[in-house]
Amino acid sequence: MLTGVKTDVTIIAPVMILVTEHKLPPPEFSRSYDVLVLGAGNAAMAAALTARRAGASVLMVESANKDLRGGNSRHVRNIRYTHKAATDYVTGGYEAAEYMTDLMRVTDGNTNEELSRFMIEASETAVDWMIEQGVTFQPPLSGTLGLARTNAFFLGGGKAMMNAYFRTCEKIGVAVVYEAEVEELEIEDGRFNAAFVRHGGELHRVEARTVVLSSGGFESNIEWLKEGWGEAAENFLIRGTPMNTGKVLRAMLNNDAKQIGAVDQCHAVAIDGRAPKFDGGISTRVDCVVFSVVVNKNAERFYDEGEDVWPRRYAIWGRLVAKQPDQIAYSIIDSKSRGLFMPPVFPPIKADTIAGLAEQLELDGTKLEKTISEFNDAVQPGDFVHTELDGCHTEGLEPKKSNWARKIDTPPFYAFPVKTGITFTYLGVEVNKQAQVLMNDGKPAANIWAAGEIMAGNVLGQGYAAGTGMAIGTVFGRIAGEEAARHARN
Amino acid sequence: MPATETLEEAKRLMQICNACRYCEGYCAVFPAMTKRLDFTDGDVTYLANLCHGCQGCYYACQYAPPHEFAVNVPKTFAELRAETYRDYAWPGIFKGVFEGNAKWVALITVLATLVTVFLTYWIQGADVVGGVHTGPGAFYKVIPHNVIVYIASVPFFLAMIAFIVGIIMFWRDIGAKASDLFSIPNLIQASKDVGKMTYMAGGGHECNYPDDNFSHGRRHAHQMTMWGFLLCFAATSVATIYHYVFGWEAPYGYFSIPVILGTVGGIGIVFGPIRLLMIKKKADPAPQDTKRHGMDIAFLWMLILTGITGLALLALRETAAMGLLLAVHFGIVLGLFITFPYGKMAHAVYRFAALIRFAGERRTS
Repeated sequence: MLTGVKTDVTIIAPVMILVTEHKLPPPEFSRSYDVLVLGAGNAAMAAALTARRAGASVLMVESANKDLRGGNSRHVRNIRYTHKAATDYVTGGYEAAEYMTDLMRVTDGNTNEELSRFMIEASETAVDWMIEQGVTFQPPLSGTLGLARTNAFFLGGGKAMMNAYFRTCEKIGVAVVYEAEVEELEIEDGRFNAAFVRHGGELHRVEARTVVLSSGGFESNIEWLKEGWGEAAENFLIRGTPMNTGKVLRAMLNNDAKQIGAVDQCHAVAIDGRAPKFDGGISTRVDCVVFSVVVNKNAERFYDEGEDVWPRRYAIWGRLVAKQPDQIAYSIIDSKSRGLFMPPVFPPIKADTIAGLAEQLELDGTKLEKTISEFNDAVQPGDFVHTELDGCHTEGLEPKKSNWARKIDTPPFYAFPVKTGITFTYLGVEVNKQAQVLMNDGKPAANIWAAGEIMAGNVLGQGYAAGTGMAIGTVFGRIAGEEAARHARN
Repeated sequence: MPATETLEEAKRLMQICNACRYCEGYCAVFPAMTKRLDFTDGDVTYLANLCHGCQGCYYACQYAPPHEFAVNVPKTFAELRAETYRDYAWPGIFKGVFEGNAKWVALITVLATLVTVFLTYWIQGADVVGGVHTGPGAFYKVIPHNVIVYIASVPFFLAMIAFIVGIIMFWRDIGAKASDLFSIPNLIQASKDVGKMTYMAGGGHECNYPDDNFSHGRRHAHQMTMWGFLLCFAATSVATIYHYVFGWEAPYGYFSIPVILGTVGGIGIVFGPIRLLMIKKKADPAPQDTKRHGMDIAFLWMLILTGITGLALLALRETAAMGLLLAVHFGIVLGLFITFPYGKMAHAVYRFAALIRFAGERRTS
């Protein structure tokens, strides 16, 4: 399978490109393309470029404008992929078995094991393929967050990666149309006929022989999020593109595609409450939780802040905060903890007393003083080590703090407001190993493939390990592009 | 160092960048940034002068406009650099030359050239200036050697003094240790980084030009200019040794060391700046400080004119045009020297200082 992909790229593609390069007309909705790719993130690119290199004519339909193109891939930074040894980009080997163990751990076994194993093995060629598409990687540097062995980092991050992809599209003749949103799909008996695309104020019926669904999840559709979270979703911040409204996903589900994943399953982290509603990206994360005391708007603690190291816990805090009143919390440290964590994008709220801090946060000052002093009284002596589970804990406090428990007693005191930040959603369409969309009758759709966030729920039932999304997108995008091109050309 | 809006904007950007760090692979700025938690005026002034304007971080930025964070590091740093050159100009009375810099540079150069030509004709007479002179000492029949040396030395050494004072103030304000400025390993490392223009290469795949595409064009054109300039300087130095140590008088043969160095260097300071001017015209203005392009363009033209008149003097030195060309070339070089501390040449000085400090920070981390 994978050797097949490689062969297509290296041998067939140059010939096909020579034959067809620069002979495509500008994107016109009236012509019928071999492959219609919905979306323009990493998975969409993997599909579009692979299909194009296999000789298919390809139209990409992107709802964003040129500045904000590339979906959530614009915000990514690295890809977790299988590799046998250190390379210029990673510090050591990461075998498929270890990847699988990590995936089973983070999803708590909530995954399609066969599909995941396949994805993990196929990820081995992902980085080389991306380099062939013009994507550049950086050497493992100091700032690679403990992922330097397992994940390869894009030089400049996801937007630089997307720029490289778009340049390659132009070079090999993948047609891209911006500000074009898919409203509806025309599907008959599991067969795709056309997409209805809104562009320039008009609704166009766009036909194609095949379609690849790579239009992301539905996290920026607050109404849909409410189906899983109720009114709480109003207060969520969306870390990525505002374009992921899930219209294509909804159209597929309405047309009898088989659903995978639960509506409330998503990657939800604790981010700075002052972040923009959309597109806050990486910089808005709050990394001081484990060194802090976290209270809700009633100035009460609600969870063990020091349960585990932060990279293993930050993805649960989004859900924890979502369950608090008004979906807001405050992470409070004293001056001893400054500089122990990644610097924040917004300066912390600062005061010389706890009461002063409470006033600025609009919390009940007496209550906050009581919470902090009860916490301080429960802190047991120990040797604080910020880089590991140090066992510094509280006694007789509910909830307890298991590690890094130090008295909050050295002014100035600092606070970060924390809200739930949704990165991506897991409810999607079920696929097989060819990335073909499965219908409710269990049969694969004749000419519909899916890649990326819209089908990530097949691999990620819950939980997350950094860089897995890029692996899912690249692997299934390439397969979808290859299969769609083959189907269209036959 | 006055507190300006540009300083505040640079601090705002560094706070955002330090929480993101996706650009750490591009250049020295971001690794230097991550060593800091809070950013003082001195910190951002140092970081701005460490930036080579490759623009990689702008096109890669998920927070670039139209994002509400509106992050544009290359533009803000270019503005801050221009303010650095102005604020550390010495004597302070000349700070105003940075406002409408191109006009001032043009005015000073035209004046220097006119005065030189006028004095040459007035003192030597048209017969001497317009005559054909050959053999050792030919140039000095038009302008005596001592006159050339004394008159050129004055603005040159004044420029050196102005830059030394500027560096001392800059070094103090950015909060660097005096010992780091004189550390041999730091100087070697910074010289290597300048020689190769390491950080103009945007993490290895070169500058973004004319848009998010990558091109070697800008770095190569800059290298041509910089090495051209250094070769011209070397040519003058060798000629000085010939004159004073060996008593050999110019003009030297076409295949002598000073002439070869000067010819190659002259070609460099003509064609390098021409290429840079073309790049400037074609490039995306968004990540640039377009308000101060006048300063850049004036400096590039000064180099081009210096190179063209120098090469013309070489080509026509055995004709009647030599006298006039020598006076014009000498006038333009005087203009170049006089405006050194009050124009774009300052970038070389403060960039080198910033690289010295970065070399120290990298060694000790």
